[in-house]
Amino acid sequence: MTVVSRRKFLKMGGGGIAAGAAVLGSAGALARPEGEHVGRTTLPYPQQMIAKAAQMPVNQAVKFTYPDKASPCVAVKMGAPVPGGVGPGGDIVAFSTLCPHMGCVVNYDRETRNFKCPCHFSIYDGEKEGQMVIGQATTNIPSIILEYNAGDDSVRAVGVDGLIFGRQSNIL
Amino acid sequence: MELKDRIALPPADAEKTNMTCHFCIVGCGYHVYKWPANREGGRAPGENALGLDFRKQIAPLDVCIAPTMVNQVQDKGRMYNVMIVPDRECVVNRGQASTRGGQLATVMFNATGLTEDRLKYPRLFTGGDWVDVSWDTALQVYAGVTKRILDADGPDQIMFNCFDHGGAGGGFENTWGTGKLMFSAIKTQMVRIHNRPAYNSECHATRDMGIGELNNSYEDSEVADTLIYIGANPYETQTNYFLVHALPNLQGATLSKKKTWFPGEPVEPARVIFVDPRRSPSIAIAEELGKDRVLHLQIAPGTDTALFNGLLTYVVEKGWHDPKFITAHTKGFEEALKANRMSLADCSRATGVPVDDLRKAAEWAYKPKASGHRPRSAHFYEKGIIWGNDNYRIQSALVDLVLATHNVGRRGTGVCRLGGHQEGYARPPYPGPRPAPFIDKELIQGNGKMLTVWGCNAFQTTLNAQRYRQALVQRANRVRTAMGKVRGGSVDDLVDAIYEAVSKQGGLFMATIDLYPTKFAQASHLILPAAHPGEMNLTSMSGERRMRLSERFMDPPGAAKPDCLIAADIANTIKAMYEKEGNAEMAARFAGFDWKTEEDAFNDGFRRPQGIDSQGGSTGNLVTYERLRAMGNNGVQLPVKEYKNGKLIGTEMIYSDYKFSTDDGKAHFQPAPWTGLPDKVQAQRAKYRFWINNGRTNHIWQTAYHDEHIDFRTQRYPMAPIELNPEDAAALGIASGDVVEVFNDYGSAYAMAYLEPAIGPGQSFMMFGYNNGIMGDVVTDWTDENLLPYYKGTWADIRRVGTIADYEKTVSFKSRRYA
Repeated sequence: MTVVSRRKFLKMGGGGIAAGAAVLGSAGALARPEGEHVGRTTLPYPQQMIAKAAQMPVNQAVKFTYPDKASPCVAVKMGAPVPGGVGPGGDIVAFSTLCPHMGCVVNYDRETRNFKCPCHFSIYDGEKEGQMVIGQATTNIPSIILEYNAGDDSVRAVGVDGLIFGRQSNIL
Repeated sequence: MELKDRIALPPADAEKTNMTCHFCIVGCGYHVYKWPANREGGRAPGENALGLDFRKQIAPLDVCIAPTMVNQVQDKGRMYNVMIVPDRECVVNRGQASTRGGQLATVMFNATGLTEDRLKYPRLFTGGDWVDVSWDTALQVYAGVTKRILDADGPDQIMFNCFDHGGAGGGFENTWGTGKLMFSAIKTQMVRIHNRPAYNSECHATRDMGIGELNNSYEDSEVADTLIYIGANPYETQTNYFLVHALPNLQGATLSKKKTWFPGEPVEPARVIFVDPRRSPSIAIAEELGKDRVLHLQIAPGTDTALFNGLLTYVVEKGWHDPKFITAHTKGFEEALKANRMSLADCSRATGVPVDDLRKAAEWAYKPKASGHRPRSAHFYEKGIIWGNDNYRIQSALVDLVLATHNVGRRGTGVCRLGGHQEGYARPPYPGPRPAPFIDKELIQGNGKMLTVWGCNAFQTTLNAQRYRQALVQRANRVRTAMGKVRGGSVDDLVDAIYEAVSKQGGLFMATIDLYPTKFAQASHLILPAAHPGEMNLTSMSGERRMRLSERFMDPPGAAKPDCLIAADIANTIKAMYEKEGNAEMAARFAGFDWKTEEDAFNDGFRRPQGIDSQGGSTGNLVTYERLRAMGNNGVQLPVKEYKNGKLIGTEMIYSDYKFSTDDGKAHFQPAPWTGLPDKVQAQRAKYRFWINNGRTNHIWQTAYHDEHIDFRTQRYPMAPIELNPEDAAALGIASGDVVEVFNDYGSAYAMAYLEPAIGPGQSFMMFGYNNGIMGDVVTDWTDENLLPYYKGTWADIRRVGTIADYEKTVSFKSRRYA
């Protein structure tokens, strides 16, 4: 028996995300390098446009999926520099929204700027690289590695630091 | 940059064994998968031992798996991958891991990993430095000093700080091995337990009243009408008990079970009462799930006894007690009622809890249902009481209330400690009196010639810790100086020099037996490397007395050994010394340690329970490794009733037959009048501004002996955090991330400021037992009549020391309350 049933969880997760989310342009995978694992020690992460930095509202969850459609993520422009932040203000960060404990969708709480898991009550700090504030995971919430291109003001996802819940490898 | 973005999967034919989590008392079940390091499983369900399809995203709650659950280890010299994941079939955790158990694989020894600092060989401090020595040399030194002191000065000069429990340090094998050495062979009474200064119980009162402290099952939290948590923070310290068994009751998810178990009885989702001066993370979560069914009695520090006495008086006035049960199965009710009598108004004045909330608590927990059925109230307490204002008195007052309202022996009731670590006690009877000698005080005053520190670290976990540490280091250094002068000498020469220093110069010879070179080990003279679960077979029991076998699957580091076999080596070495000099009588005292394996120690202790103190009771002989292995991660709840059809049959609830653990079989009420704070503590309170409440956080286990090696933990808490009221902090110029000094008449402790609005003015909460910032340094030396410390009764001043820029930059200071 878990605290939250599957059905209830799906309801909570969906509702939570919809509440504070602003969906901006996501151009999908630009390039997924071909090739085998031999000769590499990194996974073939795609590069993916997330948003234009100037168009991102401050302290709003911007939903996207990365590195594939089965992996929900959120980017947030914090409005002030934060560790790991990119963009002109050094304030844009992104995370997987599957709790690394058991995969429930974490909700972005605009008041505290934390990500909160409704199933087992883990809390992750969006302003401290997803550090687990309290909770039951054994890692911080996986960060989406972002790159900023000043030429076109684009923020791109280029990798994931940490294992996305429910996977052997971040690339399926 | 290591992204840790993939893991190796166990192949379908990976070896699979059982492991109970080493850490907290809940005792979650895990499976260990082990396979050769040159192989791995595939992503198709038939290609990996988990049977899961990793070619696609796995759904939430279907698995609990993380990079911390894999590691590389050695077994019989060969390299293997291991994965340690929670067992979905285990009735304790049902597939869930807590943040502690989820790192079981991480804490296994890996010579190039996070645990590389594990002790591998015996080490001797000689010539002013640590060097590796052989087991033979180490044992000759240890046994030589022990024998010299035993012969010349008697056993009381040989002292021990020793674990007495289950889990990582302990288990039935190791408590037996160490106990037999200390109590039967050496025959010393000068022993203290891992977190307190004497050989005592944290539950003397409830035991004296006839009620063992672990009397119900986790399932009782699923069917109780009211759950009462007293000085306990179960989300952080008994996590999966709270998440898997208690919260579903609050959420109404167990109503069908209640209806089935209690036909004809009206049932509702549980109500939850918390007694705690602090709004803890557990309270925040419970309120999030059902605020109108949660009551927080935010008592003033140290006033639990007043609370229970007020409730007892009120409940009896209202006629909500159970005279029939009281008459048939108890004695001493009238005397206790008279001694404890306290009006609700007086109770409210003492505790600071509004009268209306006191009434509400009494109604929720003790008022019979409209149908006439008695409510089922389960009472859970932990360090708020155990380390509270007079352990014996508070516990007596609580159990008086529980007995008067017949909340034992019925499903959904109970009065239980929640517990810290796994249990696993089996020892010969303690040879000393009650109260036992105050070992810390004896050592500080210069008594004792030899101290063995076994699987514990009082430098971080005792009261008046600064004074204790300083005294021991000073005494140990005298011996170090003497040892440094022995050049080119034999072991006998070294023993001579040590004995000279301890008998004529006030020195103290210290040996440490542990997993890591702890602070205590570093101050000592001899270190012996021990093994932990996974490296040895080990049995322990949980907070519902559930006994399991954690199976060995890997080598310990270097020449490390199980504690029980170290005890046997010591006994056998001393025995040989006595035989050599023809002293048959003393040789016989050290006989009976001819164990080759930990199972031999188990069979010698737990399975021969007559005449010893064992948590297995008198039926321990029914349990074998083979039978336990067959019971898997669900094990058996002690005491075992019988072995039938290939299964061990255990006991879910104690006292359902109303035969209590007293000579006359009745439960005994005990008078416990409210008498306020102890004078010594009151003096500190009068002098200093802040109440230094203290306890655990879910990130850190015990003294952080593993955690201090793990970045995920140390990045969260580089130093012991102290939660402070933001306005108090502002007045002192303190910001989150600042290093502060906490100081009073007893000592000085450093901590990392963590501003938290839930902390009341003039209060604070500091993490206990940490390796960087030791709260015990400012704890008074006051104890109750059985020498139980009042760790929570600490008052001190606080000043800002300075800022460590990295703390502010890298540590989150967000509130740890969910809402």
